[in-house]
Amino acid sequence: MSKPSRNLERIQRSLVSRYRAEKAFRLCGIAAVTLGLLAVLVLFADIFLKGKSAFSATYIQLEINYDQEVLGIDDLSDEGALMLADWDRLHKTALRQEFPQVRKRSERRELYALVSNGAGYDLKERLLSEPELLDQTEKFWILADDDIDTYYKSLLKGRAYTARLSLAQLERVKQLIDQDRIELQFNANFLSRGDSREPEQVGIKGAMFGSFFTLVITLLLSFPIGIAAAIYLEEFAEKNRWTEFIEVNINNLAAVPSIIFGLLGLAIFINFFNVPRSIPFLGGLVLAVMTLPTIIITSRAAIKSVPPSIREAALGLGASPNQVVLHYVVPLAMPGMLTGSIIGMARALGETAPLLMIGMVAFIADVPGGFTDPATVLPVQIFLWADSPERAFIEKTSAAIMVLLAFLITMNLSAVWLRKKLERRW
Amino acid sequence: MQSSEMFLLLLGASVLAFFLGRRRSEALAHISGGLNSLHSLPNYHGYFTAIWTALPALLVLIIWMTLENYVIIRLTFESLPEHLLPTDTSSTTLLANKINNLALGVLPRDGQPTEILAAAKQLLRYNEFSRWTMAAVVSCTALMGFSWGRSYLSTEFRARQPVESVAQYVLFCCAVVAIFTTLGILLSVIFESLQFFKSVPVFDFVFGLEWSPQTAIRDDQVGSSGSFGAVPLFVGTLLVSAVAMCISVPVGLMSAIYLAEYAHRSTRTYAKPALEVLAGIPTVVYGFFAALTLGPYLRTIGESFDLSVSSESALAAGIVMGVMIIPFISSLADDVITAVPQAMRDGSLAMGATHSETVWRVVIPAALPGIVAGIMLAISRAIGETMIVVMASGLAANLTANPLESVTTVTVQIVTLLTGDQEFDSPKTLAAFALGLMLFIVTLILNVIALQVVKRFREQYE
Repeated sequence: MSKPSRNLERIQRSLVSRYRAEKAFRLCGIAAVTLGLLAVLVLFADIFLKGKSAFSATYIQLEINYDQEVLGIDDLSDEGALMLADWDRLHKTALRQEFPQVRKRSERRELYALVSNGAGYDLKERLLSEPELLDQTEKFWILADDDIDTYYKSLLKGRAYTARLSLAQLERVKQLIDQDRIELQFNANFLSRGDSREPEQVGIKGAMFGSFFTLVITLLLSFPIGIAAAIYLEEFAEKNRWTEFIEVNINNLAAVPSIIFGLLGLAIFINFFNVPRSIPFLGGLVLAVMTLPTIIITSRAAIKSVPPSIREAALGLGASPNQVVLHYVVPLAMPGMLTGSIIGMARALGETAPLLMIGMVAFIADVPGGFTDPATVLPVQIFLWADSPERAFIEKTSAAIMVLLAFLITMNLSAVWLRKKLERRW
Repeated sequence: MQSSEMFLLLLGASVLAFFLGRRRSEALAHISGGLNSLHSLPNYHGYFTAIWTALPALLVLIIWMTLENYVIIRLTFESLPEHLLPTDTSSTTLLANKINNLALGVLPRDGQPTEILAAAKQLLRYNEFSRWTMAAVVSCTALMGFSWGRSYLSTEFRARQPVESVAQYVLFCCAVVAIFTTLGILLSVIFESLQFFKSVPVFDFVFGLEWSPQTAIRDDQVGSSGSFGAVPLFVGTLLVSAVAMCISVPVGLMSAIYLAEYAHRSTRTYAKPALEVLAGIPTVVYGFFAALTLGPYLRTIGESFDLSVSSESALAAGIVMGVMIIPFISSLADDVITAVPQAMRDGSLAMGATHSETVWRVVIPAALPGIVAGIMLAISRAIGETMIVVMASGLAANLTANPLESVTTVTVQIVTLLTGDQEFDSPKTLAAFALGLMLFIVTLILNVIALQVVKRFREQYE
């Protein structure tokens, strides 16, 4: 056999393994991408499956008699009497009537534990909204306790979780189920209430308002300052050591761990400037310092993408450098700046660690009404609930995550939409 | 009058001054024959008067606000009898706080000496007086500034130049905020760390093998000493980060290569943003997933292999952290891979190399500096990541290299030391700042090197 053909044979043979390696490499790539996408899917599915049950709550139907004598109220406009009235006795009486066989003290306590300990408050609201019910009897759906809620939901799924209930309680729930007097209803409290120690009564309104106030401060501070800094660095700054130092600083700050900004907030804002802890104003301040580098970097990129010919044309027509920037460059770069700011805000909305340092982890049941009311924010609320031992908090945490993700997705999609809609290609 | 109201008032006044100044210049122009007779546009005259109205008044306001408390406390002290006067600086601040709180009604009044109560009342009166004088002085300054600025206006007046230079200064100040932030971070961590190192030697902190920051509140309590050896924390942090890197580097890199080199254009447009969703998910969500889903799951798997896996294992936190960092690495790697010139690929393919050989032997070596820098940034990210480890790993310091055990990290300790109520100058809280300093230094070094490499890499191919 001649030499060239032998070489050809060798090449042919090696080609088989080389093509095999090529194929394997390609498969590896596909596997990596699939793995990443799978992670997204698993994460979302896990949260969704855990959290969807939090949007319904277990209610028990009871025959409530709004007895005037029991409450000691003649006139519903009498604030003092409303305060003093023993509202819990309404549903306690109803429960006793429902299960007359219960006599002993300890048994009674178990019986009362069927409904939420905020039930009295709900009954008061109900009576105030329909005053003609006073001294009347009605069938009312009362919020069940979180243990009953967990049990009933797990029962519906076919895997009953009975660890937190006594045999007697299970008996009673069974009786209620047989009579069709226990059911799942939409959990309106979850979106309309503040935090609570009782899992069945918790809501995320307080955290949502806290997040809102915090983000308003963040936006008001970081957007103007960020854009101004970007304009200065991109349009006016001379290329010298100082400018370079500022640039290096900004790039570094963008990569500093967020928890460090919490330390900054604690040492400088709280201990040095005496800003009160736990308030949205302080949280907004810290998050503004944190998002500033991101906004500066994206705004600079936006300004850079405005073609120099625009500047030259404006300068040629006699505009001053300030006028060029204010009237031509900034309006043209605005879509990019806005997109960057929205993405920065989305990151600030999801940020937790620095806020833990500045006392926004306190338990706050009231919905904050302003920038200086103690508040918590959505991600911190998630962290607090995830730390709570009650099983019922798992679904609440997942549901709060769903709400947070919904906000984040909306913000990011609007950023993408804005970019598509307003971006100009030169 | 509150100072925030003062700010709003000044804002309103400057808007008014703008319109008045503009009207004035329009009137001037009208007299001397049209807008063309003006040197600067009427708007610039408006801005000029507005600046003169707001800036001096703002300065006065800020100076007043910074000096106010100090002066008032001094004045209040003067009304106190000799024996109640403080002797050193720390008791001065204590007394000042006490009087302040009494005046605000935060502190109960009973049991306080009458002189102090009188001083608190005096303080309230001074405060009231100060607020009103401040309002008066600031308004006067604003008015004077306005009339001063307005007196400048004429047809020949070059209003544009001063206005533009003020605008330049404002922009410059905004850019300098970044330097002040870095300075603030440095000052806050360094000062507190220095205090910490007064009670715990640096050497013991950096090389000590035992970490138990529980110091006693009273002297006679058991286990009062507390030891601050940070090595277990460093090891724990490195362990979790290493697990994270084992996940994110291969997956992130391979997906970047696949999407940049192999994938069809349409696949790329959908798969890339879908992967980047991972980067947008808040870390607290990852933490929740790691703590409640992956941790227990790994534990059950471990049990079926007769392995004891802690439910707060470094593995669970590391895996989830790795997943979080995948898009970070893949987008950075994608950037550098697409920056490699097409001519280099074409050359290799023309020589008969297969696509994967081209990637391995040509594209990757060319992109290597950028990729390494990306990995360094990812490591700095992993080291500084807080929420995942706070939620999914343990609190007890455990010097081990076994990822199935529970470890604690630097960031976890910072959070646990600083949440909750403590006095601020105990070594326990100060230790958090020392850890913060370590964290800041390490991430700073990684970032500076990586950013420098990325910058040089970009310049090479542009």
